[in-house]
Amino acid sequence: MTAPLTVPVLEAIDLNVDIPMPHARLHAVRGISLSVGGGEAVGLVGESGSGKSLTLRALLGLLPRPARIASGTILIDGQDVTGLPAHRLRHLLTDTMSMVFQDSLTALNPVMRVGDQIAEGPRRKLGRSKSAAHAVAVELMTKVGIPDPERRYEHYPHELSGGMRQRICIAIALSTQPRLILADEPTTALDVTIQARVLDVLGRLRQEEHVGLLLVSHDLAVVGQTCSRLYVMYAGKVVESGDLVDLVTGPRHPYTFSLLRSVPDPDRRIDRLLSIPGQPPDLSTAVVGCSFAPRCPFVVDACREREPELLVMRDRTSACIRVDTADRWTEMVAAEGVTL
Amino acid sequence: MTAMALDPLEPAEQTSAVARSGRGKWNATLVSGLVLFGLIVLAAVCAPLLTSYDPTAQNLSQAFLPPGAPGHLFGTDSFGRDVLARLLYGGRTDLEVGVFAVVSPFVIGSVVGLVAGWFGGWLDTVIGRIVDIVIAFPFLVLVIALVFAMGPGTTSIYTAITLVGWVAYCRIVRGQVLVAKEQEYAMAARASGLPTWRILLRHLLPNVILQAFVYSMSDIVLTLLAIVTLGFLGLGVPPPNPDWGTMIQDGQQFILTKWYLTTIPGIAVVLVGIALALIADGIVDRTNR
Repeated sequence: MTAPLTVPVLEAIDLNVDIPMPHARLHAVRGISLSVGGGEAVGLVGESGSGKSLTLRALLGLLPRPARIASGTILIDGQDVTGLPAHRLRHLLTDTMSMVFQDSLTALNPVMRVGDQIAEGPRRKLGRSKSAAHAVAVELMTKVGIPDPERRYEHYPHELSGGMRQRICIAIALSTQPRLILADEPTTALDVTIQARVLDVLGRLRQEEHVGLLLVSHDLAVVGQTCSRLYVMYAGKVVESGDLVDLVTGPRHPYTFSLLRSVPDPDRRIDRLLSIPGQPPDLSTAVVGCSFAPRCPFVVDACREREPELLVMRDRTSACIRVDTADRWTEMVAAEGVTL
Repeated sequence: MTAMALDPLEPAEQTSAVARSGRGKWNATLVSGLVLFGLIVLAAVCAPLLTSYDPTAQNLSQAFLPPGAPGHLFGTDSFGRDVLARLLYGGRTDLEVGVFAVVSPFVIGSVVGLVAGWFGGWLDTVIGRIVDIVIAFPFLVLVIALVFAMGPGTTSIYTAITLVGWVAYCRIVRGQVLVAKEQEYAMAARASGLPTWRILLRHLLPNVILQAFVYSMSDIVLTLLAIVTLGFLGLGVPPPNPDWGTMIQDGQQFILTKWYLTTIPGIAVVLVGIALALIADGIVDRTNR
């Protein structure tokens, strides 16, 4: 599936997020553009500190202080919402989108019954009656796969397992009937089997309820399981985007390439795990040239001189000036004996 | 539903019944605190049933009877008034004033602290300055000055303690709100577009009020002591109404010979303090998380 031709539910254009520090200004998100269509599942991957969570929070107007949107445009259904007054913006954003957080224990109010937390959205935001909100909550709990919802309704968050709690969080996110769910590492705090079930719930809801999904993760496997389109972030920028299958089978940016190579292949015996040498750049300083250049196996002098533009190739993008050599990267690495 | 089949019970759930039983149960600390405080309140409420003496009736021929004297379990004071009767009736005054004088600063301080912590900005700065100004004065000095200005009596005591006491609750709640509002559940509540008042009352307040509540337990004792001090200075509960502070003050002149006149009401104050501290600890244990 590729990006739909219709107007996307959510679109961000050249979004920049700054974090003012005592002696510097951390430019954490550097001109991100992305879009999510209705019912589409889009992944945003990148390592820790690449700015993916901040991007997500910026989209919902939930940036932690002192981070702020420095520039950029956010469009909901094609309408520019950047200039709206704060309370109108809040209404519009929360009407359209919900969020699922990483740690379900801290994302739930510890002193409120989980059922009430789900019923709160329908009751207070959608104005349902008390009994109708209760019914909606029970229905949503069933939908996200919570057995015996009537009984679970009465439980407090600490009485439920991690997987249960995350499903409650998903039910809460659905309770306000959003068209898009933003999920920030929703399965990172869960073990692998529970993770698969939660992802399954998200995938199923997307199909049944036609709810879009923007999934942030550092885990390629998680995104691969759920999403049809990917944005790869590095040092606050999108370095590559495209259809999941295209991107995994033929990466067009050395970062994605290296990232995919570092995923261990269970069919092949290897002596040691492959990693990407070096560290991401310090975001409080201006980066000259390509930010991945110091770690890139295919780096040439031109990479260090000028910041590469995001090249658009039909339904894909890449921010690498050597993208034309992408098909030969595997051979190049093998030939030069570069250990990634 | 299909969801049932989709989801076999997760192993971690088996423990939830145990976890459930741990919370909401009575614990020994809480029970002993409640029992002790209950007994004290009961004794004060049932004063007319427990003693036939009028706490203000003087009988100079019966003055300074030691504890255990026939008809006077705790003896009599310098005016021949029954110490037990004064203790019981005094408890009525002190507990009533102590508890009620804590309720309004608790409510006002918590609300102001909640608002200051959540909204921050200039509002927080202004409230913070006011709190600093009030705290800059010693508690008692300010209370005494205010009661003196308004004239003695319980209304003045309530007003003065409220005006001075709210700052402690404001500080506690504000600090807790600053922590809580960065928690994801607060962010999640904002993300679901709930009205602000709803987030504050339903999500923040229940999570931040515990500290303030625990403080209020010891604050009742502090308030009792303040009332005692006011009584000592002639600004307290007007005589001849008995209260523990006045009893301690009266007995003080005879402390070397008639030690029990100060010790008995003193023990009563201490017991109330212990009971409230146990209740506070028990509540913390119970809601431990």
